[in-house]
Amino acid sequence: MTATSPATPKPPSADDKAFKAELVTLIPHLRAFARTLTGDPTAADDLAQDAMMKAWDARASYQMGTNMKAWTFMILRNQFYSEKRRSWRQSQLDQEAAERTLVAVDDPESPVALDELRLALKTLPEEQREALILVGAGGFAYEEAAEICNCAVGTVKSRVSRARKALQATLEKGGYARDGRAAGDAMRSILAAADRLSSVRQD
Amino acid sequence: MTDQTSPPGKGASEGGPGLEEARLRQQAIGVKLRHMFDQVVNEPVPDEFLDILRRADEGAAKKGGA
Repeated sequence: MTATSPATPKPPSADDKAFKAELVTLIPHLRAFARTLTGDPTAADDLAQDAMMKAWDARASYQMGTNMKAWTFMILRNQFYSEKRRSWRQSQLDQEAAERTLVAVDDPESPVALDELRLALKTLPEEQREALILVGAGGFAYEEAAEICNCAVGTVKSRVSRARKALQATLEKGGYARDGRAAGDAMRSILAAADRLSSVRQD
Repeated sequence: MTDQTSPPGKGASEGGPGLEEARLRQQAIGVKLRHMFDQVVNEPVPDEFLDILRRADEGAAKKGGA
């Protein structure tokens, strides 16, 4: 019965409008979270688009006024893992490629500290990485991160704590090969860069 | 007299410079982590995202409410 409706679309409902407006503001955050999960900008945008559409399709089940950011992050994360299960072979190959990259990256021009951090992040177990990103970069409380990851708050806390320790250890000993660079260089460059950043921020 | 047995989180007196140093390093990693994330957040959103959403929105309007 719907196919015969005239070409003029009905105006979207007020709820849809509000939902869409809020969803649009979350796109940059969804892209950033997807980037940290996939490690690849193109795959990340595909994932973020899928998640955005899933959220849109599920808008009827969303309660306006609750935390839409956490809700959409949960959708994105579920999407990521269900795709990953389907293509586990692919991700295994990706993992191998990533490991090769860890050794091969040697661009003297690159902004070292960020690269080092990205590479070090990749060496973390997935569940530690996502917990650390959500709490340490995404601005979520432990409770929200627990909801997004569908686990206990204590689990998130211990994952974040282990992630922080592992990250620091990796950066300090240069847990990946990078020719000619002395152990601890990565940590030193991060400290220096963080100094610059925080002094800029506090102005 | 100051409370020497205050809970962890403040005094360098308790853990010594080692702990203080570790905290600084963790802070540095935290700053860097947020910076990395914010870099992507601050990128312009590709038009594709808004196009897809607009099309879905129009589709929803065409179908009409239930």
